Amino acid sequence: MNLVRTHVLVCGGTGCTSANSPALIDEFHKELDKRDLSKEVQVIQTGCFGLCALGPIVIVYPEGSFYSMVKVEDVSEIVEEHILKGRIVTRLLYEGSLDEMELVKSLDETDFYKKQHRIALRNCGVINPEDIDEYIANDGYQALAKALTSMTPQEVIDTVLASGLRGRGGAGFPTGRKWQFAANEDNPQKYVCCNADEGDPGAFMDRSLLEGDPHSIIEAMALAGYAIGANQGYVYVRAEYPIAVNRLKIAIEQAKEYGFLGKDIFGSGFDFDLDIRLGAGAFVCGEETALMASIEGHRGEPRPRPPFPAVKGLFGKPTVLNNVETYANIPWIIYHGPEAFAEIGTEKSKGTKVFALGGKITNTGLVEIPMGTTLREVIEEIGGGVPNGKKFKAAQTGGPSGGCIPESLLDTPMDFESLAEVGSIMGSGGLIVMDEDNCMVDIAKFFLQFTVDESCGKCVPCRVGMYRLHELLEKITSGNGTLEDIDLIEELCYHIKENSLCGLGQTAPNPVLSTLEHFRDEYVAHVTEKRCPAGVCKELLRYFIIADKCTGCTACSRVCPTNAISGEVKKVHEIDQDKCIKCGACMERCRFGAIVKI
Amino acid sequence: MKKSIEELNAIRERMQQNIQVRTENADNTRVVVGMATCGIAAGARPVLTAIVDEVNRRKLKNVTVTQTGCIGVCRLEPIVEIYEPGKEKVTYVNMDENKARQVVSEHLVNQRVVDEYTIGAAK
Repeated sequence: MNLVRTHVLVCGGTGCTSANSPALIDEFHKELDKRDLSKEVQVIQTGCFGLCALGPIVIVYPEGSFYSMVKVEDVSEIVEEHILKGRIVTRLLYEGSLDEMELVKSLDETDFYKKQHRIALRNCGVINPEDIDEYIANDGYQALAKALTSMTPQEVIDTVLASGLRGRGGAGFPTGRKWQFAANEDNPQKYVCCNADEGDPGAFMDRSLLEGDPHSIIEAMALAGYAIGANQGYVYVRAEYPIAVNRLKIAIEQAKEYGFLGKDIFGSGFDFDLDIRLGAGAFVCGEETALMASIEGHRGEPRPRPPFPAVKGLFGKPTVLNNVETYANIPWIIYHGPEAFAEIGTEKSKGTKVFALGGKITNTGLVEIPMGTTLREVIEEIGGGVPNGKKFKAAQTGGPSGGCIPESLLDTPMDFESLAEVGSIMGSGGLIVMDEDNCMVDIAKFFLQFTVDESCGKCVPCRVGMYRLHELLEKITSGNGTLEDIDLIEELCYHIKENSLCGLGQTAPNPVLSTLEHFRDEYVAHVTEKRCPAGVCKELLRYFIIADKCTGCTACSRVCPTNAISGEVKKVHEIDQDKCIKCGACMERCRFGAIVKI
Repeated sequence: MKKSIEELNAIRERMQQNIQVRTENADNTRVVVGMATCGIAAGARPVLTAIVDEVNRRKLKNVTVTQTGCIGVCRLEPIVEIYEPGKEKVTYVNMDENKARQVVSEHLVNQRVVDEYTIGAAK
């Protein structure tokens, strides 16, 4: 019988894996073996805990000690002190988990976790994603058992409808209604698809879910299959997510072995099979019609809707396509009932939403909050604010399809309607924070560059319009823009939005439009004063040496890669603006603060 | 092997016992074994393994077994303390494997403090 008294949970998400967490697991096994503790201590690789900035993360239970930034060298100390002798290694604990008296707080009490409410992420960082039994222990496959034995397909759909769940991929379409449309179609062959083609820069919710809790997606897709009358599912996931793909494969194998996938599940007569299709990472394949074209083996290009996929989808058959996070909520809703879900959130946006916090924020990572939590709470309380004493400038939600929200609107509640009102979107949940050192024109240009690269080229407004739009922004950041150009940009944006074929083009101008709305003065400064207020746009920057402060130490001229700095020893130096490439190396090197950029 | 709903529930039952270590619950009874140098030298390790084994074997829920450092009465080691919510802490001293198993069955299962092993009875 197992004598396990202590569980060591090591994060195996992509973030912590790249911070060397697999080596930690090996080291734990080695150290435990050395002290003959391996029988009573279990080392478990889990999915993402969410606090990726502090990885690799190790949690030791039953104490619940949250160790952050653990190095291989630290492992023997944790084993020797904590696991053998019961003395928590305070120097490695996550700072936020200590109170004023330096006592260890419960994890749920820390600022990072306090305001979170984990439904989709309920198992991430709690169970071993490669062990189906651990998923079962946390009520896994109970929802499927309940639905197949005691609910009709229509009752499953009604439950999802009553929960108020809306699509988490971005558009926010009610999931239950989508299922109803597909269920109403009279066709012997239908399909269930999962969109795991997560492409927004800085977004990693879907990846973490697949890595941390793949069985919840499998269970949800089987439920969707039962509800609409489909017996084949496809998960479309990008090949760039090797850990997620691998864990999903393992999970599908285990589910098949237990008979939760395959023929006659739970003796109910319902068959359901699931396969993985790998995408090559084209952003447009996140658009539903392009995604299905890609699964069919065609080029990933969208087609006009209607007909909607629920009527004519994959291989021309009725298809339900939902996002990973949407699916992750389904088993919880079926098991706990729709009321429990509908209690959380706002009037029109029920439940919770996962956000990937990134950019200029202390706690980079994954958070799940009730809908309606304000942006300020997410950034300042959960996210720990902007680091290095810098000033917050804007938050970008929704990736390349979203917009920037300025400081004045920080109290906006995070739900579908409120975010749309301030010119942004919920999107799939990317949340990038920008501080005073970010130039908003440059940010708009960055996102536009992304969509220009990712446009499939099928329709003209998107293919040509965005290219031209990017040229205009380039003109402004290089100091050659005119005020008329700004008006032209705005006009072009609306034109692209109205005339593009699919969601990619229809939303791509949003970063430009929202920065124009909230940060027009920055655009104007680039044009009229030929100045970049944040000091980002290189063509507009000038480095100067302040004569009074320069001691003539020659440090700057030695570090300059283009020999643009001249001057004799102990005499004031000078920068040749024609030669300067604005790399900033001289400013970094100067010990006297004599070099400034304007 | 294909699983029926009964088997699904059986796995859930068995695994919950396993992963309950990972829940932080203030209502849990905590069994704390002194595992400083003095405790280990006096034989705290077999005491700890005996307790863990007994708790698992009896499938006791809401019990966590953990260890602590030296509490200062080294001559009475191995020491085991039991914290139950809403009750006063009970300290058992001079423990060994058999006494430990007895404490689990008497104290944790039958809710009867084993007076003769407590610190009050020690000389």
